[in-house]
Amino acid sequence: MGGSGGEPAPLLRVVAECGRSQARAAELLLPHGPVPCPVFMPVGTQGTAKGLTAKQLAALGCRLCLGNTYHLGTRPGPELVQQAGGLHGFMDWPHNLLTDSGGFQMVSLSELSEVTEEGVLFQSPYGGGQILLTPEKSIEIQNALGADIVMQLDDVVSSTTTGPRVEEAMKRSVRWLDRCIAANRSPQRQNLFAIIQGGLEPELREQCLEAMTLRDVPGFAIGGLSGGEDKGSFWRMVKLSTERLPRDKPRYLMGVGYATDLVVCVALGCDMFDCVFPTRTARFGSALVAEGSLQLKNRVYAKDFRPIEEGCGCPTCQRYSRAYLHALLRREPAALHHLTVHNLAYQLKLMASIRQSILEQRFPQFVRSFLSSRYGAQIPLWVREALEAAGIPLE
Amino acid sequence: MGSAMQVKLCGAASGRLGTLVGLGRSGAAVLPLPGCLLYTRTGSAPHLTHDTLQTVGGVPAVAQITLPTLADIHEVLEEYKEGAAKFIGMPEKVLYCSLHDPVTPCPSGYNTNKTVSLWGSSGRIEITASKFMDMQRAIQPDWFQCISDGDTISGEAGRKRAKKSVDRSLSFLDACLQILEKSPELQRSVMFGAIEGGDTLEERIRSARETAKRPVGGFLLDGFQGRAMAKETKLKLITSVIAELPEDKPRLIHGVGKPDEVLECIERGVDIFESFFPFQVTERGCALVFSYDWHPDPETTVFMQNGTQDLEKNDAEEDQGEISKADPEMTPFEICLKDKRYQDDFGPVLEGCTCYCCQRHTRAYVHHLLVTNELLAGVLLMMHNFQHYFSFFSAIRDALKDNKLDQLKELVFRQALQSPANAKPGQ
Repeated sequence: MGGSGGEPAPLLRVVAECGRSQARAAELLLPHGPVPCPVFMPVGTQGTAKGLTAKQLAALGCRLCLGNTYHLGTRPGPELVQQAGGLHGFMDWPHNLLTDSGGFQMVSLSELSEVTEEGVLFQSPYGGGQILLTPEKSIEIQNALGADIVMQLDDVVSSTTTGPRVEEAMKRSVRWLDRCIAANRSPQRQNLFAIIQGGLEPELREQCLEAMTLRDVPGFAIGGLSGGEDKGSFWRMVKLSTERLPRDKPRYLMGVGYATDLVVCVALGCDMFDCVFPTRTARFGSALVAEGSLQLKNRVYAKDFRPIEEGCGCPTCQRYSRAYLHALLRREPAALHHLTVHNLAYQLKLMASIRQSILEQRFPQFVRSFLSSRYGAQIPLWVREALEAAGIPLE
Repeated sequence: MGSAMQVKLCGAASGRLGTLVGLGRSGAAVLPLPGCLLYTRTGSAPHLTHDTLQTVGGVPAVAQITLPTLADIHEVLEEYKEGAAKFIGMPEKVLYCSLHDPVTPCPSGYNTNKTVSLWGSSGRIEITASKFMDMQRAIQPDWFQCISDGDTISGEAGRKRAKKSVDRSLSFLDACLQILEKSPELQRSVMFGAIEGGDTLEERIRSARETAKRPVGGFLLDGFQGRAMAKETKLKLITSVIAELPEDKPRLIHGVGKPDEVLECIERGVDIFESFFPFQVTERGCALVFSYDWHPDPETTVFMQNGTQDLEKNDAEEDQGEISKADPEMTPFEICLKDKRYQDDFGPVLEGCTCYCCQRHTRAYVHHLLVTNELLAGVLLMMHNFQHYFSFFSAIRDALKDNKLDQLKELVFRQALQSPANAKPGQ
């Protein structure tokens, strides 16, 4: 980290760009070490990545993981985490962390949440009365948690909402961004990201992009997507956003984690992703593979003595067969750990392969071969359209 | 039998300090005695993957697998052909297969002269001696317990039932020995005979004598699980049974895991224990913090004192009714990290402990993981509790070596009395 007085060092260093699409290989220069991009960030909601030790997570190659402000802010609370040396110290994680603003969970998990210009009013889930989360309060909690990347509080509406509420939410998110920037007490160590809103309406997205890119923030997130909207609108909103975001700053597409979506959105120019999918699906007994996923609870795996994926190399595949995991899943929580390890390894390896192909100027070939193992000839229309728009036509 | 399993005693003054040699397929593995086995469920150390188990110190070379958790994949193992050790991802471990799971007692009243019932994940499985040996052929353990009738632990068994348990177990043993001779797959496997007889002294002695006459690799002291039998009776029976057994063959006991009870059994000549106790402690959100550092040297006694002080705190706060919500099974050897008092305790679970959890995390963090029901809580506690328990056995061997078992016993017994959580029924 440089001196405190000079120009802030840029957060993103672009290492290579795909000649055809918007894909780029880069490095995030964060306080707890560089993070190669494109990057998938595992979600460690409550200060732990779903049963894995910090050492296991690091061994899988993870250098940036996510914690949820809403959860950690309620239990154990920001004061206690601060006493423990921040979230890094509390969970003993020597690498980088990102915390969200807490707003999304309040809207999705709380009954009776009400949004006013002041902030989000919600019912405390652990008894007691109502709690008001303002932009200032969100940043105060995130400052106490001490993550390397912090997110602005935004006014979140479902991606399928239409009408004036979408515009109101977008405009309010811009105003809240200014309040968050002003509230951030450690801008040198905690990089505040803006969140682009505007639903599925191109004009609103454009307005939001125009307003937010005028602010001096270290990075941008694309929010309000991945909430059940149709895939055609989804990729068009992503493309519209990345085209208008500055080249020299990281672009974080929130809540996206399906393998196909990752590949397509890298082609559209996104650098960072997070999603509970690989860890959550592991807890339902589902293992990620090139063709999609295996439901290991299914009886067809009872006598299948192959590893989840031949040649995978993750700690699970090196030692355990589908048949053993099938037997273990019926009885023991350790089975979930095996699947979580594999699924995160799968996800992180996918990102590493994407990055490597960009570095070696063969990203378009990578995309084609990825899609062919996953879909054969049946590539979904939206994928073909999105990739064509990104400069990678399929056939 | 092609077995070379053998006890080599070092001739320490008290107890049976030594090693169990000739273990495993290669015969190269050894288990220091007195020692314990690695407890597994469906062939997995509870909560742990290979990686996390690797970071636990002092893991025994022998893993205990339990028949009920493998019984319903019998067919799978038959088709697999390479044995359970490789199937469960522990090819380097020596496997001991027990008839029951020590943590999940079977309902009483289902055994007959010809069959014993196991409870698998899909319900009751009735097995005969021949079916039992079929399963062993598929599992290919290095070492297993012979099928036996141990259904005497309810405390209501009586003399007649005790006699029946011995008769049935001997007849199972004879049947299995015959099958064993004709099973090429099991030529490197060692079978232990189970000593039964409930709480009836004559039956226990008869069981021990008759079992010792047969070509078994060692002895299982069975039917001592649970708390129905008065402790004095239990210890008296163990003493009498051991007196009937040859010196050169190992003695394993099932269902005894608390540190004070382990020491009492070791004094009476028991060699091998299970390690379900640290698992039970983990499941109730607790951490083992008892001290086993018997060294009189003040320099080395400092490091474990923090644990002992916490056990004293258990006492103090019980008076104020503050841990009344604690698990009734909680023993005086542990602290309950779910307790609110640990929410801002930034010390390690146990000062001076070298386990992964204590080296990297705080009580506050483990408390947080427990109250938020995070899976990592079980992982970290299991790592700590296993390592503490395995180190306890290492301390026992050191104490025997230096002829200081009495000092260790006094230290452990002092802690056993410390907390009212230790209220033992029937005393």
